Amino acid sequence: MTADGLSLEGVFIRLDDRVLIPPLTCTVAPGEVTTVMGPSGCGKSSLLAFICGTLDPTFTAGGRVRLGGVDIADLPPERRRIGILFQDDLLFPHMTVAENLAFGLPAAVAGQRARRARVETALLEVGLAGFGDRDPSTLSGGQRARVALLRTLLSEPQALLLDEPFGRLDLRLRARFRRTVLDHARGRRLPTLLVTHDPDDAAAAAGPIIEIAISEGDGLDSDAGATGPSIAVPLRRLP
Amino acid sequence: MAPPLRQVSVRGALAAHGRPQPDLLKAVPALTLAVFLAPIVAGLLGTLLPAFGYLPALGGTEIGLDPWRRLLLAPELPAALRLTLTSGLGASVASVVIVIAFCAAAHGTRLFRTLERLLAPLLAIPHAAVAIGLAFLLAPSGWLVRLLSPWATGWTTPPDLATVQDPLGLALTVGLVVKEVPYLLLMTLAASGQVEVKESLAIARSLGYGSMTGWLKAVLPRLYPQIRLPIYAVIAYSLSVVDMALLLAPATPPPLAPLLLRWFNDPDLATRFCAAAGAILQLLIVIAAIAAWRGAEVVLGRLARVWIAGGGRGGSGQAIRIAAGGTILLLVVLALAALAANALWSVAERWRYPAILPTEWALARWQHHAGELGALVWTTAALGATAALCALGLTLGCLENEQRHGLHVSNRGLWLIYTPLLVPQMSFLFGLQVLLVGAGLDGGWIGLVWSHLLFVLPYVFLSLADPFRRLDERYARSARCLGASSNRVFWRIKLPMLRRPVLAAFAVGFAVSAAQYLPTLFAGAGRFATLTTEAVGLAAGADRRVIGLYALVQSLLPLLPFVLAVPVPRVRRLGRPAQALR
Repeated sequence: MTADGLSLEGVFIRLDDRVLIPPLTCTVAPGEVTTVMGPSGCGKSSLLAFICGTLDPTFTAGGRVRLGGVDIADLPPERRRIGILFQDDLLFPHMTVAENLAFGLPAAVAGQRARRARVETALLEVGLAGFGDRDPSTLSGGQRARVALLRTLLSEPQALLLDEPFGRLDLRLRARFRRTVLDHARGRRLPTLLVTHDPDDAAAAAGPIIEIAISEGDGLDSDAGATGPSIAVPLRRLP
Repeated sequence: MAPPLRQVSVRGALAAHGRPQPDLLKAVPALTLAVFLAPIVAGLLGTLLPAFGYLPALGGTEIGLDPWRRLLLAPELPAALRLTLTSGLGASVASVVIVIAFCAAAHGTRLFRTLERLLAPLLAIPHAAVAIGLAFLLAPSGWLVRLLSPWATGWTTPPDLATVQDPLGLALTVGLVVKEVPYLLLMTLAASGQVEVKESLAIARSLGYGSMTGWLKAVLPRLYPQIRLPIYAVIAYSLSVVDMALLLAPATPPPLAPLLLRWFNDPDLATRFCAAAGAILQLLIVIAAIAAWRGAEVVLGRLARVWIAGGGRGGSGQAIRIAAGGTILLLVVLALAALAANALWSVAERWRYPAILPTEWALARWQHHAGELGALVWTTAALGATAALCALGLTLGCLENEQRHGLHVSNRGLWLIYTPLLVPQMSFLFGLQVLLVGAGLDGGWIGLVWSHLLFVLPYVFLSLADPFRRLDERYARSARCLGASSNRVFWRIKLPMLRRPVLAAFAVGFAVSAAQYLPTLFAGAGRFATLTTEAVGLAAGADRRVIGLYALVQSLLPLLPFVLAVPVPRVRRLGRPAQALR
């Protein structure tokens, strides 16, 4: 039980003398979506970068990160099996849609035909059948977002990090794409960490909320204890 | 909702008021093209005609294939071609492979960031100075052998081996690689600023790719189009280099470029027709080599697509990381040791084999040559400063014109800028000299500055274009809305904000000029000596201590503007400052 999911133990991030993330401990259960909220510049994205292993070395950071009971904090990013979606879809412009997806697909799926078949099935699932040979730049924002999600999911991650991935979409698309992402995350029982400053996102995630304050005071909040042992300083649960 | 609309209307209003009465600025791009393309076209023509026997001034009035017949029957030609191709292509391939392997394996490491800071000064050192230092290093009685002798090699006298000017041209190849790798590395770094490298890598790694494979699959395919022209410039340069070949390649027979230079200077005037044909042949070789490279790009590109879509995650790349990092370190050490060798020789009085350091030191040579060196420094500096200032003026004029009239420079425009770097110098400098003689400009200051400008301008333009275009246009817009004219905006807003890139571009231009050998020789008609022409000339036979002295001063002078004008010549912050020295 405790070994499942994604858990952070005393994860902190500093930039020079400024504390961005004071020691943070929490567990995200499989299929659960925990939301991290806070003003811009508070270090939310740095937290995700730390979990991924791609944090810029100018930051000072530490703490343990466990995924399915295994400590991954010292592994290189590519061996952590953590998928991430950014605000920009970051589809590679030098590849077609299908090539972008094939890039995500593990090499264990061998043979050009088998790989192509997997890609086509995946496209069909998100209503993009027949888009494989298109140049990503010819797709709409919503379509590109879905391809980016597929690419991440095809790489078979064990956890999902969402770095404001809905921020660029207009309101209507946003709700729809959010539902797609959350459905897939829950369907695959992925522990998911969502960074956002949109309360609607947090509501849709329907999970615990970690709020990061920009101050570097004691950070202890009276509510912290009430939410159980999984969440500690400096967070609180929104009502 | 309103802001976008408002912005559009502001821009519209600016465009309406901002278009000034017909001004001089509009003429700048045309003038720039005329300044640096016309001489190349005319020069090529001026070489092409004698290549087919027509040059009345030398008594050639009949068009025919005689020069070609003589060229193809020349006994030195086969060996010269072989040397040129092996050293030129070998150096190009090696440089590109080293740079790509190093970037793939070491991006983001501390070694990489340290090297970044070394690049601009490394590039500012003229090719000739590096070649002279390398010769001191690699020669049978050079520093390397001394470090190992006699305790390891048993050589109590310098070995009888051709380690410099070797028949295979290996010393020349090494010399070229030492200079081309920093150049390509800087161009790759500059291009990295325009591609979302960090984000692409983060995505690739979160999808399970190793740092090296991720870079090769997700970043390189997008970087490559931006370093393609610099690579072509490296190919053209390596196949046609003169000064380095004179210093490091064998003399009997030499590679094609020095052979042509010898023919151009032959007292028998008929040989010059043959030389002109050879210069055209050199141009054809460069064109064929670039075309072959392009073909290889297409084939490798196809294969790469399959490789990328195959989804292989790659290993840690540890072996390649060590090999590439080691090679780069070796090259940097070679360059620095070459400089150190120059410096040591300049203050040595007695330095017998196999002593590792001079046994007697003296500053006498510095005093003895001070007057001569002073004059050379003055000529070199005046020439470099004039050419760099002209180039800055033209470049700023072009860029400002482009911005005021909302023009976009296409890919083809970039090819035009690169033309002087892609066409072998010899193939148009000879024709240009013929034209200068005709116009009575040969051996004059104007012709000399002009010939340097051809090579200075592209580098100054390439250094300045990015920072200029990247400057947030809202500063200019708000200044205009405060009532400033576009000229006032240029002088009071843009130029001061671009102070550092402008100074860096000047330093780049100055260094490019200081390194020129062939243009000074041809356009100066022997009446102007610079540190570079003098150092190369001395290297043919003078005292090592004098050669070292001249090579040292030659390397220090181009560094001066970097030290004075740009305290911290960092790539990222300045856009692309020294990106294009050679």
